[in-house]
Parts: sequence; C-alpha cells; structure tokens
Amino acid sequence: MSDTHAQTVAYVRDTMLDQQDPPLNQVGAVKWIRENLFSGWLNILLTLLSLWVVYAALSHLLPWALRGIWDASNLSECRALAAERYGADASVACWAVLAERWPQLIFGFFPKELYWRPILAFLLFLAAVAPVLFSSVPRKMLWVTALAPFALFWLIWGGSIWGPIAAILGFVIGWAIMTYAAPKIGALLAVILAIIVPVLYWLFVCGPLAGALASVVPLSLQTVATQKMGGFLLATIIGVSGIVLSLPLGILLALGRQSDMFIINKFSVAFIEIIRGVPLIVWLFTASLLLNYFLPPGTNFDLMLRVIIMVTLFSAAYIAEVVRGGLAALPKGQYEAADALGLDYWKSMRLIILPQALKISIPGIVNTFIGLFKDTTLVVFIGLLDPIGLSSSIRASTDWNGVYWELFVFIGLCFFIFCFSMGRYSLFLEKKLRREHR
Amino acid sequence: MKKTVTLGALTVAALAAGAAGAATLDDVKARGELKCGVSTGLAGFSAPDANNVWQGFDVAYCRALAAAVLGDPMKVAFTQTTGQTRFTALASGEIDVLARNTTWTFSRDVDLKFEFIGVNYYDGQGFIAPKSLGVASAKELDGATVCIQTGTTTELNLADFFRANNISYEPVPIETNAEAQQQYLAGACDVYTTDASGLAATRATFENPSDHVILPEIISKEPLGPLVRHGDNEWGDIARWTLNALIAAEEYGVTSANIAELSSAPTNNPEINRLLGTEGELGAMLGLDAEWAKRAIMAGGNYGEIFEKNIGEATPIGLSRGLNAQWTEGGLLYSPPFR
Repeated sequence: MSDTHAQTVAYVRDTMLDQQDPPLNQVGAVKWIRENLFSGWLNILLTLLSLWVVYAALSHLLPWALRGIWDASNLSECRALAAERYGADASVACWAVLAERWPQLIFGFFPKELYWRPILAFLLFLAAVAPVLFSSVPRKMLWVTALAPFALFWLIWGGSIWGPIAAILGFVIGWAIMTYAAPKIGALLAVILAIIVPVLYWLFVCGPLAGALASVVPLSLQTVATQKMGGFLLATIIGVSGIVLSLPLGILLALGRQSDMFIINKFSVAFIEIIRGVPLIVWLFTASLLLNYFLPPGTNFDLMLRVIIMVTLFSAAYIAEVVRGGLAALPKGQYEAADALGLDYWKSMRLIILPQALKISIPGIVNTFIGLFKDTTLVVFIGLLDPIGLSSSIRASTDWNGVYWELFVFIGLCFFIFCFSMGRYSLFLEKKLRREHR
Repeated sequence: MKKTVTLGALTVAALAAGAAGAATLDDVKARGELKCGVSTGLAGFSAPDANNVWQGFDVAYCRALAAAVLGDPMKVAFTQTTGQTRFTALASGEIDVLARNTTWTFSRDVDLKFEFIGVNYYDGQGFIAPKSLGVASAKELDGATVCIQTGTTTELNLADFFRANNISYEPVPIETNAEAQQQYLAGACDVYTTDASGLAATRATFENPSDHVILPEIISKEPLGPLVRHGDNEWGDIARWTLNALIAAEEYGVTSANIAELSSAPTNNPEINRLLGTEGELGAMLGLDAEWAKRAIMAGGNYGEIFEKNIGEATPIGLSRGLNAQWTEGGLLYSPPFR
C-alpha cells in the first residue's frame, strides 16, 4: 500500500518542522482583544459602543479638568481667564478655588499658625495604628498606641498637658488594682473596684489635680475650640473616633446578644434593634437638639463629642450584627472544644472563638467602617462644617458663588482615597489570615 | 431662611424657651466673647473668607454688637446654624443672638418665645426667568414650570399668588438653592422662585447674568432680622438699639470716615451728640459706657456702609437699596429717635 502512495506523492518530508511562533493575531494583546472584545458581532457592537461612551465622557472631562484655571482670585476672574485662553464658550474647571481654599477644606477654621498640630496628630495616629494593623511592626510600638489617644486629644484641642496626664493616671489606678489587689481581695471585687475607683478619681480628683499640676508647671498648648474645626479634620476626628470606639463596643454587644444571661441578652437586643431601627440623621438631631434640653442650662457639652457618641453607638449596633454573623458561622464544635479544654468564658472567646469569628467578619466590619466614615458628612445638617458643609460656605462667599464641581471633585477624591485604602487593607488582611485554603 | 420649623423642634423650643437664665449681658462680659448664630453660608449675608474670618451683612451686625458690648468687633464666636438648628441653639443658650436672615413672623415671635429686635433687611419672594422666555411680569407665567424649594414658606406663597391671579403652574420640587441653580440653568424649569436677595445672588453667579431677568413682582413679605430670647429685656434692648444706632447713623450722616471727628466734641446736632455719647446718658441706661454706639458704628460703618460693602450694587450680588433705603429716601428704614 505504501508503495502506491509513494508513487502518487512527489515529496514526503521525513524530519520535524521547527517549532514556530504562533501567528501574531494569536498572541499577546492582539489575541486578548480578539477573544475578549471582538469575538462576535454582538461583542464587537458592544465594544464599539463602550469605546464611544468612554471617548464621549473623557473628551468632555479631560479638557475641562486639564485646562483648568489655577491662578485666579474669584470666579469671574476665572471665567475671564478661561475665555481669554481658550475662547469665549470654553468650559474649563476653576481649580483656583482649591488653590485658595484647600487649607479650609482640610482643616476648617483651625488657626493657620497651628496647622502643624493636626498634621503632627495625623502622623502620630498613623504611628499608633501601625502596630495594630501590621504584625510586622515591633510590638513595643503598642505603647505608642496606648498613649496616642491622650496625645492626639492634647494636640488637637490644646490646653494644659496635665489634663490628659491626669486622665491617664485613672487607667493606671485601675490597672494597679487589678494587678496588685486581685490576689488579695478576689477577682470579682477587684474588677468592681477597678471600675469604681478610677471613675471616682476622674469625677472628683482628676480636675483639681490637673489644675494644681498646671499651676506648678504650666505646660500648655493654645486651646482651639471645637467650632474652629471643620473639613476633613472634623470628618477624620469623628470617623476615626467612631471606628476605634465602635469595634470593641460592637463585639461586646454581639457577645451580649448571644449570652444566656437574661438581662444582658435583652439589653443587647433592645440596644441593637433600637439604634439600628432609627436613621442616623435622627440620632444626630437628637444629639444636637434634644440633648440641649435634657441637660441643665449652661452645661457646655461639646457638640462634636455628642456627635462622636451617637456615631459610635450607631455603628456599634451594625458591627454587633456583623460580628454575630461571624459567631454564628462557627461550627458548634469550636465552642465545645473550647469548653472541653477547660477555658473560662472570656478565655475561650479571646483565644478560640473571636479570632475565627472576626476573621470571617472582616469584610463586613470594614464595610461598616467605610459607611461610617462617609456618613460623617451627615453632620452638615446639624451645623457642623464637614467638607460638604464647607463647600457651601465657600460657595457663599461672593468670590466663589457658583463653583460646584471643582469642590465636589476634590472632596470626592479625598473620600475615595480614605475609603479605598480601607478596602485594600481589608483585602490584605483577608489574604494574610486565609489559613484553610493554603 | 423660611424653612418651616419641624413640629418637634417647635414644641421643644416652646417648652424650654426661657430655660437659659437672664443677664445675658453679664454672661457675655464674663466670657469676653459674643456667641452669634449665623447661617452656614449665604452669599453676602454670612460666609468665611480665605483667612477664616466671617464676612457678610448678618455677620457685620454681630460685629457691631460685640464692639458695643465688649469693645472689640472681633470678639465674636460664630456658631453655624442650619434652618433646623437655629431656634434650638438660641433657646438653649448656645448662642446669645441669632443673626441668620430669619423672617420675622407671628409664630416665631410669640409661640417660639423669641424677640425680634428689628429688621435689618426687608426681603420678599420674587421670580427669575431667562430673557428668552419673553415674560415681563409674573402674571404672564400661566402654565410655566417653577423650580421651588420644598418645605419653605415660598412654596405656600407661590400657590397663593397663582391662585389669586387665576393662572396655573407646574412645580418642580428642589431641595437646596445650589440644586435649584443647576436645575434652572439646565432648563428643568422656566422660572425659579425664592427670596429676591437670593435671586440676585444667584443671578450674579451665572456665566451670563444679563440673559436672565428678575421679574418685578414681589409676592410676599419677608422682613429679616436678628433675634434674641424672651425673658432678658436688657439684653434685647442692647441688641435692638445697636441695630437702631447703625440705621440712625446713616440717617444723620455719621460714617466710619467722619465719626472720629463728630465724636471728638459735641456737634450742633443734639441727636448725633446723644448717639455718640458726647451728650446725655444713653449708654448708662443700657448698662454700657457712653461710647457704645460709636464703637458699634466704627466696627463696620453705618447701615448704608455695611449694605454697600456686603450686598450693595458695587458687589457681585448687586442689590439696590429698594425697601431698605432710609425713610427719608422712600424706604422703610426708620429708627426711633435717640433721646
């Protein structure tokens, strides 16, 4: 048979061809584009349509943004410059409003010569959260974390340094009671004392002590009133305090909701449902309007403090539900294993249950935090000048009346940076803690 | 400005008004600072400048009051208030005086237990329309779409006006002034209605202000003025007569330029002498010193100077005096005599 064939075919190759590169349209970007963008008539149509939409958006946006005017002192000057440079009906951004007012959007009405204080506070804050967020940072840095809240308060509000130091002393007293008195008087009594004694100390001793110390060694920063704070400084203070305080509170509430103890359980359920069932804006109005009437006249209960408390309670209720989801996702065997090891309730929670439950809850927790941070803009309705409120204040000056998008773009970008970093951190943490699928 | 007060705030304010004690003057002096409630930002009336200093027509009144009481126009702590928080802030004592272009109405004066100490700006609701629409009067607006801020008295005024003239309209509800400007410019509505001062300020921000016309009809009365709490008449007197001093100063021709000269020695106009404290005991009757009014006027000039500097025709807002001219010039400003 083969003979027949040999006679019909003139030439038969008996060596292998060298391997060749695939055709150009089957590799790299070209292949990707062919497979993903132009693989059929429908996809071709959709691709072209999308390209046209992207082009239409960018062709308006980019000239508007890139040709923006940076050097003008008011809106009409901006428009005049734009008309002079790009023709009468050119639509260009007036970034000059940011060039003039960005310190206001960041710091509010914080005195200009004191800007170093919030900046230093921000750096200190970063240093303080680093050991909490990243385990590669030396553990000794946790001392910075512990002391940071007092230092931050002092840096931002100013006043005598002895106030925060006297406040720290309260915690030292509580810690001393727990450490030295507990073996002698029993754990329960020690816990009660460790709560009562510092509270009494803060109520009655702390103030006079700080005053006395201040009169001996006057060491103080210029006081800055809360009304002077605005912009992203305000949003960050409220957001960060809310985030830091609501996480522990939320975890406690979640544990309380799972507790068998009747009062604790019902209290947690009622708290969560009531706080969660009412819009945040109502709580803010409560903080700013109603509390004024319940407190005795002349009481100066700082508005920002009231807002921080409300925001914290609000987000704690959400965190509690997120953490409860994590707790519920754990197999019952984990709880039983903890009991079988002879761990008491707190130890089993701390060592076995919560590490796993919190890991499951990370996306939800970070989601709540991002929501909280953006919700800080709601304080505009109770007269605090958050970035959005400041943008309308800036617009109210005769120079900049009529500027909208430039301010909103800037504010949006800043919020995006904050929220995007939080989201990225959450992803990083999830990857780091992923144990089971390695 | 005219946001209807929520029922809750109203009840609470009524319950608790007068809770803060009397003798505001002593409190202010002890504190060394006047707490003044202003708007979070309204073009020409109150806005912070690039150096964080508040400027504006309402702000100028607070500075004059601080100058009269404390001797320094800069000793004012401004509290930003919104339409919802302004009355509770005043009732609870968080602020000493509210100068937030608030319309003087019966219920606010009587039911909310506040005391309007005068009128610093006579406003009224007007309409703005594109010139291309070709209307010369609001009565020609039959069938027009109207941008209107919801929940304000302007909404009710509008309905009344159109019903009284037996013409129809279609409302386009809008939440804020900023939104309204954008909607109006985008052509979502034929006309936009709000206070005439607001319309002028709004038009000033347009790229082509001359393409838009403010219709001549003013369909409501909006007397805007500062207010204090009920129950402290001495403080109310100081606030009222500080405003009157600014108005009277314009009437008598006392300006920030000539006040030093006029107050150095008694002039032959006894009214000026009593106002500036070179004659009589008016300051002592208020519990202040003799030069209180002089300081108030020097803080930002007389009423006319404050008007021209912040919202007058030379500013981008470009309001004419209109009703806010002196009574001698056909306006409504009429200060009771200083005697």
